[in-house]
Amino acid sequence: MSLSTKMPGLTLKNPVMPASGCFGFGKEYSQFFDLNELGAIIVKAATREARYGNPTPRVAETASGMLNAIGLQNPGVEKIIDEELPFLRQFDTPVIANVAGSTVEEYEHVTKALNRSEDVSALELNISCPNVKEGGVQFGTDPELAKEVTYAVKQASNYPVYVKLSPNVANIIGMAKAVADGGADGISMINTLTGMQINLKQRKPIIANKTGGLSGPAVKPIAIRMIYEVRQALDLPIIGIGGIVTAEDVVEYLLAGANAVAVGTANFQNPLACPEIIQALPDVLNKYGFESVEDAIGKGHEA
Amino acid sequence: MITKQLLQIISHVQIAEDTFEVVLQSSLAKELKPGQFVHIALKNHMLRRPVSVAGIDKENNNFTIIFKIFGEGTRELSQFRAGDALDVILPCGSYYPLDDLQLDHALIVGGGIGVPPLYYLAKTLKEKGVKVTSVLGFQNKDQVFYEEKFQLLGDTHIATNDGSYGSQGFVTDIISGLPDAFDYYFSCGPTPMLKAVTNQLEAHNGYISLEERMGCGVGTCYACVVPSKTDPTKSKKICKDGPVFAANEVLLT
Repeated sequence: MSLSTKMPGLTLKNPVMPASGCFGFGKEYSQFFDLNELGAIIVKAATREARYGNPTPRVAETASGMLNAIGLQNPGVEKIIDEELPFLRQFDTPVIANVAGSTVEEYEHVTKALNRSEDVSALELNISCPNVKEGGVQFGTDPELAKEVTYAVKQASNYPVYVKLSPNVANIIGMAKAVADGGADGISMINTLTGMQINLKQRKPIIANKTGGLSGPAVKPIAIRMIYEVRQALDLPIIGIGGIVTAEDVVEYLLAGANAVAVGTANFQNPLACPEIIQALPDVLNKYGFESVEDAIGKGHEA
Repeated sequence: MITKQLLQIISHVQIAEDTFEVVLQSSLAKELKPGQFVHIALKNHMLRRPVSVAGIDKENNNFTIIFKIFGEGTRELSQFRAGDALDVILPCGSYYPLDDLQLDHALIVGGGIGVPPLYYLAKTLKEKGVKVTSVLGFQNKDQVFYEEKFQLLGDTHIATNDGSYGSQGFVTDIISGLPDAFDYYFSCGPTPMLKAVTNQLEAHNGYISLEERMGCGVGTCYACVVPSKTDPTKSKKICKDGPVFAANEVLLT
């Protein structure tokens, strides 16, 4: 049973990688399992300067999911390159760096800085973080801005560029086409959905930022629908994200049209989520009549 | 080394209103140091629940946790019974740096569900020959627990908010009447209490342990941060850099 899958800049031994923001820079979870088992690692977002992020509480639990408003806290791209990424060199696992910013210039700056890192195989362009006041989500909801920032980053980058789409739009196909026009090598989808939860006793939103990004199994049907639609409309590699907990979830994403997947919230519930999913994947593929991962990609469109 | 284990519950008893004491069997029990917590998975909830360690039994490889029902997650945890198994990550977080401290007399200041980790601390201090004075605050008489256990370790004072047991008022009211003759204080409880205690004892060296809503519990998600006191543009992760901090290390807001 072959689990390998290929996308621009990425030859993956299996299609499972931890999602950005849910795995730090790998050190903590390397205590639980060998990171060589992963298909790739998408590390936490990098911005030009260090960011403190939002006030706490920053997370709230919901039915089948969670809300977060971390606010892109990170030590800044230079420290990430010098102090965080070299740790991942010891593993035979490609690293995808997540690039965030408030302006096109900041995205370009972070992208150029990452060109000097030897530890990166591809970029994930974060134009969809709903939890920062400036930048982030506005690039992910306006097709013209999305195209512009994708083009700028693609021009500046030595690496293939995957653009992470926001689900907080009416027309996901329009957004996917816009970033394709901007030169994206692939897309990852979806980021979190903007949500809110109110504490009854305190009569106020639980998250200090008031709104947060909803993730977890609650969002999976939305992600599956959007990937299915985008796969029908255009031919770009897709990293599927949203509520993946089991190997069955992975196969569902492959059927919808994803070429690989990223696991987010499940890592918090179970630090061994990724290796357990990878271990179960061959049997689940076999059970549903697939000979390999690549055999299953897009098969949900044939009926 | 942090790890995930499926642990059998040896006992599960209610010790005060909405408050439960659970003993868990684990090969890692002796690795758990005063101040650390464990992170527990619940079948019906996406996020694990952090619960502090209230004591260990090295000989029998088990440890004690105490939690209070605050919401649906802790309610689910309250429904387990002896013989059931829990999915636990341990050991988590920092601990009181007792080996580095010159200590003859310690002041323990606990509030509500902040009391359990201080019991393990106080017991360890007593075993090291340190004199322990404890000040414990609860909302009311029905929520008081472990008073007798603390009394075996040294002078123990209880305050309740409504005056239904011990002194009426806050832990800070009791501290005002105590002599200043301790080397370090150790405090755990709600943030407003910790702010009041650290302000009141500003002239003393102390350690506090904090609680916050957590995502991963191991340091990857940056959900449970607290600003650094020396540089408020930087932060500490409560789950990994904490939950124990020197009182002058973090900015309580």
